[in-house]
This record gives sequence, C-alpha cells and structure tokens, in this order.
Amino acid sequence: MHATVTVELKPSVLDPQGKAIEHSLSSLGFAGVEDVRVGKLFRISLAESGQTRENVETQLRQMCERLLANTVIEKFSYTLEE
Amino acid sequence: MKFGVVVLPGSNCDHDALHVAHDVLGADAEVLWHKETSLKGADCVIVPGGFAYGDYLRAGALAKFAPIMEPIRRHAEAGGLVLGICNGFQVLTEVGLLPGALMRNQHLRFLSRDVILRTEEIDTPFTNALTEGQILRMPIAHGEGNYFADDATLDELERNGQVIFRYCDDEGRLTAEANPNGSARHIAGICNRGRNVLGLMPHPERCAESILGNADGLQIFKSIAASFASV
Repeated sequence: MHATVTVELKPSVLDPQGKAIEHSLSSLGFAGVEDVRVGKLFRISLAESGQTRENVETQLRQMCERLLANTVIEKFSYTLEE
Repeated sequence: MKFGVVVLPGSNCDHDALHVAHDVLGADAEVLWHKETSLKGADCVIVPGGFAYGDYLRAGALAKFAPIMEPIRRHAEAGGLVLGICNGFQVLTEVGLLPGALMRNQHLRFLSRDVILRTEEIDTPFTNALTEGQILRMPIAHGEGNYFADDATLDELERNGQVIFRYCDDEGRLTAEANPNGSARHIAGICNRGRNVLGLMPHPERCAESILGNADGLQIFKSIAASFASV
C-alpha cells in the first residue's frame, strides 16, 4: 500500500515562507495569487501486512502525531492507495 | 552539584557548555552521549545548541527518540534541572517538556548576532543570581527561534510566571524592532510549570567570560550552582 501524507501549518499559524513565495509569484507577474501556504509531503510505501485498512489508518495517524507533524503548529491529512 | 551536557549527533555547543560549567564555574561536569541511558549522576542536564540530527524534518523532531531522552524525561518529571539552549530548547518543546514550538524566523533569515534580554522572573533555579528586570546581552544564532503557542497557552505561561526572558531594547522596552524573530509576546525563554526545566534561544554559554567581551551568560550557570548550594 502507498500512503501520501501532507503536513502543513494550521490555518491560525502565520506562514512567512508562504507569504514570501506569494510575493515572489506576484512580482513575477502572476496575477491573482491571493495566498500561498507551504507544507510537506511524504510518500510512504507500506509492506503488505494483511492488516485491515482501519488498522493501517490508525498506524498512519500515529506516525503523524508522534513524528511527521508537530501538532502544536501543524495539521496533517493522508490518502491511502492499494 | 554536577552538570551533564548532552551530545546529540549534530550538537555543536556542547563543548562550550562543558567549558563554562567545568572550567569557568568550576563545577563537576560530564558529557552525556546520546546513546547513554543514564545521566551519570548529573543534577542539571544541559541540552546544548547545534543541529541535532541535521534538523531533519523539524528542528528537534528526531532528537526526541534518542535513548538519552528517556532518562532526561524522568529526571525532569522528578523535579531535576534541565536547561535547553537554542537547539536544546527546540528539542525540549518537541519532547513535550516545554509547551509551544519554535518556528521559522519571521523574516526567514538565520540570525547570528547579539540581542538584549529582560529578565522577567528570578524565582527559578536558573535565574536566582539575577535581579528582576535585569537587562542582559546574549548572542543568538538560529533560523528557527520564532516562539509560538496558542493564546490560551501564552496566557497561562504569563499567569504562572513561566516567561523567563523577553527580547527588548537597551531600556528594557518591548519594541517591535527588539524582537529579532517574531516570537509571540517577545518570548526568548520559558520554564515549565514546575520551574525546573528552562528553554531559551539565546546562548548563555557563549557569553560567560569577560575575556570574550561579555560574561552575562555566566549568571545562569551561577544561579544553577547557587540553587544547589542553598539546599
């Protein structure tokens, strides 16, 4: 199975990096860029373990909470494909 | 009393901290390798500055799984002293010994220069040799020192007197220009509820000898030693 995890700053947290990119896009002439938020993407390959999808998702959430995201400032989401 | 200075892969201020504790202060001090599972009798553990595990993923994120962290957590929970400097502060927030997080500096630049600090609380084992409101000069060297916590947490920190140092100007005023990295409420250093764990972004170990032009940081080390002398 393949999981794709996205980690990004919570909407309430200011993202100076995103702001800088937003300004750069505007100065390059791309009109209409209203907001940019920078995040991280993890592609995780999981060995076939015969576990239920539910169990795999529980594990993924634990991975995010324990390591991939700092939930003080970040939120995460994931998709899971066979 | 004895200091233990943690060496994580990528720590680079470990020997400075060891030097100040051992050679300048004259205290017993020992290195604690990251694979150790004992604190070797250290009373105060210093998690030094640097780039532990290359700051991969997030500053401090991988360091929390180092074997030495488990005894440090137990030491802190039992009331033992833990001082996190710069990267060490980042590690302590990731480990959960201190609230909040350190984010990218507001202006995205790595900052290596002196800052002015105002001492907010002297009722801690780390600041008892200072006076309330005392102005200190200390160097910073970080790209991720922008202290963040939600408003409820910040209010609680203030209510409990856990904000120990703030960035200020020469007169002790909290002007916007005096805040180098965009930290919430000018926070440069905080302690935990039990007041036995301190994290700060500035480097007291880099300004602890007058021959180097500034000995303000030595006061932190003297405070720690004094807190044991008075027991």
